[in-house]
Amino acid sequence: MTNPLVAAPADTVAGEVVLRLTDVVKTFPGVRALDGVQLEVRAGEVHCLLGQNGAGKSTLIKVLAGVHRPDSGEVEWRGEPASFANPQAAMRAGIATIYQELDLVEDLSVAENAFLGHEPRRLGFVRRGHMARRTRQILARLGHPEIPPGRLVRHLPAAGKQIVSMARALSHEARLIIMDEPSAVLAHDEVGNLFRIIRELTAQGIAVIYISHRLEEIREIGDRVTVLKDGRTTAANLPARATPTNDLVARMTGRTIEYVFPERPADETAGAELLRVDGLTRPGEFADVSLAVRAGEIVGIAGLVGSGRSELLETIYGARRAQAGTVRMGGRTLRPGSVGAAVRAGMGMAPEERKSQALLLGEPIYRNVTLATFGRYARLGFTDAGRERAEADRIADSLELRPRDIRRPVRTLSGGNQQKVVVGRWLLGDTRLLLLDEPTRGVDVGARAELYQVIRSLAARGVGVLLVSSEVPEVLGLADRVLVMREGRVVREAPAGEIDEDTVLDLVMAGSLMEGAPA
Amino acid sequence: MSETTPTAAPERAAGLPAQSPPVDRAETAKSDAPARLSWWRGDGGEGARRNLGLLATLLVLVVIGILTRPDLYGNASWVWGNTLTILKLASVVGVVTVGMTFVIIGGGIDLSVGAIVALAGVWCTTVATQSYGAGGMIFSALTVGLAVGLVNGLLISYGRLVPFIATLAMMVAARGLAAEISDKQTQVSNDTFINGIASTNVLGIPLLVYILAAVVVAGWVLLNRTTFGRRTVAVGGNPEAARLAGINVRRHTLLLYGLSGLCCGIAAIMLTSQATSAQAAMANLYELDAIAAAIIGGTLLSGGRGTIVGSLLGVIIFSTITNLFAINGLSTEAQNMVKGGIIVAAVLVQQVQFGSLTQFLRRNRATSTT
Repeated sequence: MTNPLVAAPADTVAGEVVLRLTDVVKTFPGVRALDGVQLEVRAGEVHCLLGQNGAGKSTLIKVLAGVHRPDSGEVEWRGEPASFANPQAAMRAGIATIYQELDLVEDLSVAENAFLGHEPRRLGFVRRGHMARRTRQILARLGHPEIPPGRLVRHLPAAGKQIVSMARALSHEARLIIMDEPSAVLAHDEVGNLFRIIRELTAQGIAVIYISHRLEEIREIGDRVTVLKDGRTTAANLPARATPTNDLVARMTGRTIEYVFPERPADETAGAELLRVDGLTRPGEFADVSLAVRAGEIVGIAGLVGSGRSELLETIYGARRAQAGTVRMGGRTLRPGSVGAAVRAGMGMAPEERKSQALLLGEPIYRNVTLATFGRYARLGFTDAGRERAEADRIADSLELRPRDIRRPVRTLSGGNQQKVVVGRWLLGDTRLLLLDEPTRGVDVGARAELYQVIRSLAARGVGVLLVSSEVPEVLGLADRVLVMREGRVVREAPAGEIDEDTVLDLVMAGSLMEGAPA
Repeated sequence: MSETTPTAAPERAAGLPAQSPPVDRAETAKSDAPARLSWWRGDGGEGARRNLGLLATLLVLVVIGILTRPDLYGNASWVWGNTLTILKLASVVGVVTVGMTFVIIGGGIDLSVGAIVALAGVWCTTVATQSYGAGGMIFSALTVGLAVGLVNGLLISYGRLVPFIATLAMMVAARGLAAEISDKQTQVSNDTFINGIASTNVLGIPLLVYILAAVVVAGWVLLNRTTFGRRTVAVGGNPEAARLAGINVRRHTLLLYGLSGLCCGIAAIMLTSQATSAQAAMANLYELDAIAAAIIGGTLLSGGRGTIVGSLLGVIIFSTITNLFAINGLSTEAQNMVKGGIIVAAVLVQQVQFGSLTQFLRRNRATSTT
């Protein structure tokens, strides 16, 4: 492979290559989840996978675990081309996966979970004693001989459950163990124990693929790093300790791509104050957040996943109920925890997860466009389909929706066009404030520029916009004013022109990088 | 790396205008936008196609009838009379099924419908209620049905019980209450108007069939032409999306169960009229008939998709089978086995259609990438 993005293998890893992925592609209807993934894992190494949400890590894991089959590309397992028809096949081949939400059966014992699906049997009867003995051996190997094999998994703490998951992997004689954010469920001192176990595993020649958002963990436990972005490998086999943080972040967030942002209007057009949030608090998510958005103003919130930004947006919108603080629209306090009140006050939101939070995938485009407004076109409760389609047509024209046929199910659209449908929904009716949560996630570059244009022209029409994005350039390029959030608090507020990307990144990542980030 | 990727991503092809020729349907839609849709199809060609399949199934059943009893089918007036018998047989369950269809499309299930019918029937035939005459009886049946449905709805939407559990509990409780009220006795209806509903024909067609037709038409309009119907599809298809679009999901869920209860109230009057009496054991297992009919009719058990016409055809298919066995003098046991088989077959057909659809998409993608 002659690829400028792929660095030479780090010399620290001497083991033979057990897994090699070349140009792996996996598409789902409307989304290209993997778009050319390269990965090389050697025996006895801890290979870290880095990437933002939606970068394709989960899909990649599922391809390796036999849940999905790649559309094209090669998977080479221990020197031979491999294709796993199902999870059992992958497991039999020696690939075990420990998912973030541990897939244990809570009401079975530790031993039963460890040997689930391949219990040692004789004449159809499970050899319970034998199973318990072997489980005890495996637990000892993992450094946890104190866990009783007969204990119900339900009664174990999170760390103990993780040990059981690993015991299951070892019961299969796994040669490669994939760990999806194993530290996310652990307390700080338990992470050290996890690392000790991982080191013991790798010392036995087992390869580990380790996924985490916490960079300091990757530095501590990892040998090499592969970075994914938008379903592609943007860097492979970087040395985990020596690679500068800036370099890793740049490859994750893809700052190499230059986005074209619409120009800001020359004059200060921002009008009257539209939204005022005072002291908004939800314990564990964000605390004491105050902010304001004026009509015609785009306010951007920069922050990493887990900084509380999405939760903040949903709380302002009434989808979550604040423990303290107020949300006012045009001077009137909104009823907390009521989306209906927020919508009536003129708010609209494009949530983070388009498919699960915003769209009726099987319904036609026009019905998705009018989902929030069909009641307005109705008379005496009877919908006016002609008017709805006419309005949706208008929106489809102005957003240059492709394909243009508004009767197609929204499922058939690309990510960018689906996002246009969600944003377009709030162009109908009298939306005065638009909340956008990661509006360009999974949106290709062309559609991105169009969305930026749409957002800017909305502001020009006097709509206030509150934008959340983990892509710093997007926030800086689009917003008039920038708020930086870290660990649930606003740590900086500045006009977009007076703050630069490095400053924002420093603020966002101060302290431990990406701490507590869920997948 | 992008140059080395030999495949053209479909989403990018869709995103850039020049790359793929526009779909011809989109062209025609644009030329006469906004496009008019044929009224009988609504907006989903998929549902209409499934309904055609159900009609074909019905046709097969009729052909089986002709083949097994050519003597009867040779007589035109018998055929007409038999058709009315089938429709009359379908009428009570049909009314219940319309309500059930709404609940299932809205992402729920109502196991208590049979019990609600029994409770409403018993309530409206107590001596006290009968003293208010037919109007009082009808009013009480509808009110009881609606009220019990709303209790279901409250438990599910605001009490956050799983629909299966809440309505299972109601199924047991409502039958218990019906037995308590009736003192486990059969309550005879002495009201000539109520008793006359089932025996009245208008223009040669039983009044019960008109009632079914009215409920079906009302249900169709409600589902396809009103905001209530749109909310139902939204709430069942993606409750989170509905909520974030400003739809009051809880209130709508409450109303859906109320609607189902109301349909049970109507069915209670029809059934009481047919038997000229009511008892706690009446409408036994109607919940299963109604759920089965809706599923056969193409309503997705997970919510978000379904048609009233499909459900109606499902009910008629069921009563046609019953009729087929009756005219051939066969036992009800065999009948139930066939019905069970039909349910399985219907679900299998749905899966095959879905499977072939995904296969088709995959093949389509494969050809577009070469």
